[in-house]
Amino acid sequence: MDFSLDKKHELARNLFQEFAETEVKPLAQEVDETEQFPQETVNKMGKAGFMGIPVPKEYGGQGCDPLTYVMCVEELSKVCGTTGVIVSAHTSLCIDPIMTYGTEEQKQKYVRPLATGEKLGAFALTEPGAGTDAQGAQTKAVLDGDEWVLNGSKCFITNGKVADVYIVIAITSVTEDKKGRKKKNFSAFIVDKNSPGFSFGTKEKKMGIRGSSTYELIFEDCRIPKENILGPEGKGFPIAMHTLDGGRIGIAAQALGIAEGALDRAIAYTKERKQFGRSIAQQQNTQFKLADMATRIEAAKWLVYKAAMAKATQKVYSVEAAKAKLFAAETAMAVTTQVVQLFGGYGYIREYDVERMMRDAKITEIYEGTSEVQRMVISGALLK
Amino acid sequence: MKIVVCIKQVPDTKGGVKFNPDGTLDRAAMLAIMNPDDKAGLEAALRIKDETGAEVTVVTMGLPKAEDVLREAMAMGADKAILVTDRVLGGADTWATSSTIAGALRNIDYDLIITGRQAIDGDTAQVGPQIAEHLGIPVISYAEDIKVEGDYVIVKRQYEDRYHELKAKMPCLVTALSELNVPRYMTPGGIFDAYDEKEITVWGRKDLKDLSDSDIGLAGSPTKIAKASDKVRKGAGEKVTLDPSESVAYIMGKLKEKHVI
Repeated sequence: MDFSLDKKHELARNLFQEFAETEVKPLAQEVDETEQFPQETVNKMGKAGFMGIPVPKEYGGQGCDPLTYVMCVEELSKVCGTTGVIVSAHTSLCIDPIMTYGTEEQKQKYVRPLATGEKLGAFALTEPGAGTDAQGAQTKAVLDGDEWVLNGSKCFITNGKVADVYIVIAITSVTEDKKGRKKKNFSAFIVDKNSPGFSFGTKEKKMGIRGSSTYELIFEDCRIPKENILGPEGKGFPIAMHTLDGGRIGIAAQALGIAEGALDRAIAYTKERKQFGRSIAQQQNTQFKLADMATRIEAAKWLVYKAAMAKATQKVYSVEAAKAKLFAAETAMAVTTQVVQLFGGYGYIREYDVERMMRDAKITEIYEGTSEVQRMVISGALLK
Repeated sequence: MKIVVCIKQVPDTKGGVKFNPDGTLDRAAMLAIMNPDDKAGLEAALRIKDETGAEVTVVTMGLPKAEDVLREAMAMGADKAILVTDRVLGGADTWATSSTIAGALRNIDYDLIITGRQAIDGDTAQVGPQIAEHLGIPVISYAEDIKVEGDYVIVKRQYEDRYHELKAKMPCLVTALSELNVPRYMTPGGIFDAYDEKEITVWGRKDLKDLSDSDIGLAGSPTKIAKASDKVRKGAGEKVTLDPSESVAYIMGKLKEKHVI
């Protein structure tokens, strides 16, 4: 068993670090303050190949493994949580299900421009009345001749208004089981931004990841071609759940990056900040906190990397993904809270990055399955 | 068209320079990077490749671990890579290095050779022009712009207060300044290809052409290092905020005080 990265992955990390430091870090504070989607950065990431890292070359991607993709999200998130989630939602939630369930025509038509960064992707499952209980969804799709007609709305959609391609989960039939209980059958669809009847509701004002574009999607007799169903009809729910397994690894990497970024700043700050005539890094309270944070981050890192390796080699990786996301997200929240504490009053001021990092960390415990959902997935497997 | 770019793995001097007790560089204590002038030279070659479909080969001389810098160059887009490494080549100064690299280049076809102006670990700016001398081809140094037109290369050569525009028939050698361009990023897929798909050609002493043993390694190096030191760091200076007329008086006063005027 070898826990070291090979040279190829080390060099990839150097690349992501250099890009993050040069292109992303200088804008992070402004992106947060103005809630502006960093379009220019996304264009640069497209050019640099970051928008299709795990996609095979024949579909316009980079042909790398999930670990490389995870390291990219991690390094971006060290300096800007917003940029991390843009790449994660695009890659894991939009490209991945098309690669996994799409027809050859769908892959050629949609994956290629997504992987090259020419287009941006999003995923829409959550509805106002259906979060953790996804079965509560109301959005419907009915086949009318050669078109599916969608009606309903989706909320909290990352890359909401800026995306070009959306994976939308909608009810296509309702059946009754033997006991007469109604069951909604979902299907997955690929929806183009310019589809008639597709519009956007309000932009959400968020606590963190404020530069990411989070919108409500509205479908009013939205018509899409019949061939835009993704995977078999009625299989939308397992497709969504499998997609979220992959997405959770991306969010786990985002959380890991936020925690690492906060610790880096804490190390630099505590060495410089003087109280009682010496740096606070010389106080045992600081030293023990730094040690605990570093240890926890290391554990989170290997859970995240293990989940990425599982995605590369296993068909099912739900439990690995759930453990990685649960632990990395709670690590990000705990570490950023501690780092703000170490910064004292300055930590509470927006001028310092750690304040933003603490706000950004919180969402990793909520989206793409709350920490409670991750515990349900993990315990469900244990008690099966 | 065939372009050869000579690159060097150097210690990153950004965080300061570390020395061994004997005055030589403590390379193990510093991160290794691609020399910035060489990287700009590589970018210039890759831009010519983008336009004309030229083939770009990178060459380096060094320890086996210098392979890393060749992989990085291939991850940026270089097609081929040659590592010249041999124990007998160790301890080379600029003369022995340029003789050795010329010995390697005699084995391959090229139209244009690009080197960096100078490496940040030695700062001599001698190796590029010396390679051209050994190979008997023209050299244009300090390039801030490189264009190819037919069989000719057109180069803007930088001076402190002006530039010269020179046109030379290829084959020739150009030394590049880091100001020449902003080098592209590697791509993730390029990194994977550089390690999984591409091979590095490794040449030792026996593979070098028309090269005398008296021109290689420590024995072939006429340079004797008396002392090595880090660059002298300038102080932070003095910042004053004054209105324009006060500023003039202040500056004039300072210049007189220092006997500049």
